[in-house]
Amino acid sequence: MPVATASLRRRNKILVTDNAFMANRPLSPHLQIWKWGPHMAASILHRVTGDGLALVGLAVLLWWLGAMAGGAESYATFVEIMGSPIGMIVLVGLSWAFFSHMMTGLRHFVMDIGAGYELTTNKTFSVVAPVLGILLTAAFWAVILLK
Amino acid sequence: MSDGTPIGRVRGLGSAHHGAHHWLVQRFTAVGNLVLMLFLAVSLALLPSYDYGTVSGWAAQTLPATALALLIVSVFWHARLGLQVLIEDYVHDSGTRFGTLALLNLATIGGGAFGLVSIARIALGGAA
Repeated sequence: MPVATASLRRRNKILVTDNAFMANRPLSPHLQIWKWGPHMAASILHRVTGDGLALVGLAVLLWWLGAMAGGAESYATFVEIMGSPIGMIVLVGLSWAFFSHMMTGLRHFVMDIGAGYELTTNKTFSVVAPVLGILLTAAFWAVILLK
Repeated sequence: MSDGTPIGRVRGLGSAHHGAHHWLVQRFTAVGNLVLMLFLAVSLALLPSYDYGTVSGWAAQTLPATALALLIVSVFWHARLGLQVLIEDYVHDSGTRFGTLALLNLATIGGGAFGLVSIARIALGGAA
């Protein structure tokens, strides 16, 4: 059946062109169908670090200030607990959350003025921001611990 | 119906009917946090030691105490706005959401006030 074969071939050809076309289509056509990318990771990281800082970081900040206001004895309790291995993990984690939130926040400032929306630029910022957050955390603790 | 002025068209829009106010204040406080947190991070990193005398002696000075007090206001305001969005996104029942937002206000205003009073005590030598 030559007609059917030709029709099938034409259909296959259309399918091939369709695939090439589909490669350029948006990858998140629906709320529940999407592909992970650095942009959404940066956005989620911004929210998670921000809410983590608000819930845990502010509590530690108030405890630090309250302990200092209470005098040498209450400050010693703060230092004893936050200077323990678990306390240090919390402090390093909070400093990482702060520097990451700062960098992804600066990314938001760039986007707020309408810049950095080109796909490659946006992807680069999304990868660079969390990396700088980690580097700043390392630099902060290096200054403190290498004194 | 006329289109009105540009500001009149956007006033009162958004899910909270407060227009762009929430969005703008989130940015204003973010700038405050950026400056004040970097001041705190650099100051802490450069302190010679972390015993009570050194740290509270630093915090009791006029400039650090002022920066710490401003930081408390800016960062608690910013955190309140951020947690508000978290609550509005994930707490769907309107009664529970109202209650959670009320608790958020109590926690952030109460926490901020505690921070300011603590700084005042450190700076004015209440416990020393």
